[in-house]
Amino acid sequence: MPSFQRFEGASRYIADPELIASVNAAIALQRPLLIKGEPGTGKTLLAHAVAESLEMELLSWHVKSTTRAVDGLYVYDVVQRLNDSRFGDRDVRDLRNYIRLGVLGQAFKRERQVVVLIDEIDKADLEFPNDLLRELDEMAFHIPELDETVRAQHRPVVIITSNAEKELPDAFLRRCVFHYVGFPDRERMRRIVEVHHPDLQDKLLDAALDRFYAMRKTAGLRKPPSTSELVDWLTVLVASGLDPDHVRTHDPFLGVLLKQQQDLDLLRGRRSPPRSF
Amino acid sequence: MFLDFLTTLREEGVPVGMGEWLAFLRGLKLGLATDLEGLYGYGRAVLCRTEADYDPFDLAFRKTFEGLVLPDDLREQLTVWLDEALGGAPGALPPKDYDSFEELWRDFLERLATQRERHDRGNTWIGTRGTSAFGHSGQAPQGVRVGGSGGGRSAVRVAGERRWANYRADRTLDVREIKVALRALRSLARDGPQELDLDETIRETAQNAGDIQFVERPERRNRLRVVLLMDAGGSMAPHAERVEQLFSALKQLRTFKSLDVYFFHNCVYGWLYRDMQELDRVPTEQVLAELSPKHRLLFVGDASMSPYELHAAWGWSGSEQPSGLQWLQRIKARCPASVWLNPDPPRWWNHPTVSAIAGVFPMFELTVEGLHDAVRTLRAPH
Repeated sequence: MPSFQRFEGASRYIADPELIASVNAAIALQRPLLIKGEPGTGKTLLAHAVAESLEMELLSWHVKSTTRAVDGLYVYDVVQRLNDSRFGDRDVRDLRNYIRLGVLGQAFKRERQVVVLIDEIDKADLEFPNDLLRELDEMAFHIPELDETVRAQHRPVVIITSNAEKELPDAFLRRCVFHYVGFPDRERMRRIVEVHHPDLQDKLLDAALDRFYAMRKTAGLRKPPSTSELVDWLTVLVASGLDPDHVRTHDPFLGVLLKQQQDLDLLRGRRSPPRSF
Repeated sequence: MFLDFLTTLREEGVPVGMGEWLAFLRGLKLGLATDLEGLYGYGRAVLCRTEADYDPFDLAFRKTFEGLVLPDDLREQLTVWLDEALGGAPGALPPKDYDSFEELWRDFLERLATQRERHDRGNTWIGTRGTSAFGHSGQAPQGVRVGGSGGGRSAVRVAGERRWANYRADRTLDVREIKVALRALRSLARDGPQELDLDETIRETAQNAGDIQFVERPERRNRLRVVLLMDAGGSMAPHAERVEQLFSALKQLRTFKSLDVYFFHNCVYGWLYRDMQELDRVPTEQVLAELSPKHRLLFVGDASMSPYELHAAWGWSGSEQPSGLQWLQRIKARCPASVWLNPDPPRWWNHPTVSAIAGVFPMFELTVEGLHDAVRTLRAPH
C-alpha cells in the first residue's frame, strides 16, 4: 500500500476538515490542488502552511496578467545573447548560459520534493491554464533550444489559487482537486483573528466582529471587507486603545475596512442604497 | 453503494466524468477516506469542479448515505467491489494476487477498456453488482477506524445543512460572478499602442547580419463594443438590485472598447434614455445608425407588458410610427449579436409579449448559468 505524507494543519493556519481532506487528496492522487475563494480568505497562506507542515521547500510563482505559461518552465533570453554577441564577453556559443528555468522548471530539478504555489492563476490570460495542462500532468517539459527534456525527479505538490476573477477552462478543472474556501463564519473568524492577535480583549473582539459582519451584510457595498482588513482594523483599534462601545457606535478608522469612497459614503449615510429603476 | 452515489450525483447535477470517478476510487484505495466524514471531504474535493457543485453534492451525499449503516471499513468494501468488477461474479475466478496496487489498478483499467468495447457504453461495467460476503483477505485496513453509524450521522448532517446552497449555478448573481461571465466576451485585435515585437526583431536582426533592427507592432486590445439596454419599467422594480449588479459589473470591467447604456420603458420606441430621471434622451434612429455588426447588445427586461405596448404604433407626432416590436426587429437586423436577459424565471415566459420578444432575441434568464449561455451565444460568429 503506497503511503503518502499527510497534512494535518499548521500552527498558524486554521483549516477545516474538508480543506485538510482536499490537501491530502491532492498529495495522494498527485493532482494539483485548486483553491478558490474570495480575496482575503487565506488561500496563499495555505500553501505556506502545507509546505511548513510537510517540511518542504516552497517555490512561489505569482501570476500577473502578462504572465505566459512558458515563463514558469524556462525563458530563453535571446536579447541578452544577442547583446552579448555584440558587446559581451560571455560565451554566446553555449546556449545554456541563456536558458533560465522558471518556477516549475526549478521545482522539477530539485533533489527533494517541493511545494509549488501558482498564485492567482485567474489573473493571467484565459488560455494560460490550458497551456500548463500537459506539463502538470506529466511533470516534464521539453526545451527545444537544447533538445532536452526536464523531468521532475519528485513530483512537486502543486497548489494553485484563484480569486475567481475569470472562469477556468473545464479541461483544467477536470485535472485538479478542487476546494472552495467559503467566507469564515463568526466562530472560525474568531479563531483566525486570535492567531494574529492572541491577547485581544473579548469585548473589543465582539464589538469588532459585530460591526464587521453587519457591514458585510450591508446591501450595495462594492467591496465588502474581508479577513485581512478585519485583522488590520483590529491592529489599529488595539493601538488606539479605543473603548469597545465607541467602536460599536462610531465605526472608527473605517478607511481600514472599506477601500472605496462609495462604500464609505454608504456606511456614513451620505449615499442612499442603490437606486431602483 | 458507490454506484448509487455516482448515479445520485449525476441526477443532482454534479457533472462527474469517468476520469473523476476513477480518481475518486483510486483515492479510496489509497485510504483517503476511512469513514463518512472522510468520504464527504474527500469526495467533495475530487468530484466537484466548482463551488456551484457543492450544494448538489451535499444533496446527493445525504440521499445516498442517510440512514445507511456503513461497513466498518470503506476500503474493505471497495476492495471487494473492485475485485468483483475485475473478476466477474464473486467466486467465478480465483482472486488474483496483486503485488501492488498499481498492478491491480492497471488490470482494472484494462478490464474497463475491454468492457467499454464490448458494451459500447463506458459505464456498463459499473453494473457489476452482486452481494458477496465481505472478508476478502486483501489489504489489511490501515488508518483510523471510526464507528460506522456514529461517525456517519454527522457527515450526513453536515451535508444536510446545505451550507453551499448560495453557490449553486442556477441561483442569481453577484457582481463578481457577472464579471467572470462577461469577461469571456472579447474580441482581441492588434490596435493598441506600439510594443516591441521580439520575434520579428530577432528575425529582422538576423536578416540584417546581426545589426539590431527593432520591430514594433500594436498591442492586443479588446475591440468589442457593448451596448446595454435596460428596461426601467415599473414591473422591473423587484429586480432592481440584480440589474444594478449587472450594471456595475459591466462598468467595472473596463475591458471593452466602448460601453453604452440606454434605458427604455417597457419596450424600445422612438427615444432611448441615457438617464430616465434627467430625461436625457437620444432618438432611437440615431442609436441605430451608430450600431454595427461589431457591437454586442444586451437587453435586460422582463419583456412582459400589455400586448398593445408591443404591437401598437406609438408616436409623439400623431403620424404613424413603428411599433415596439418593429423597433426591436430593426435593432436585431442591424446588430445580429444581441441577447435578451430576463430576470423572471422561464416558467413565467409563457406570456404573449415575452414569447414575441423571445422570437426576436435569444432570451436567457438573468442567473449565472443564463449569463454564461448568453455570453456563449454572443461569442458565436454572427
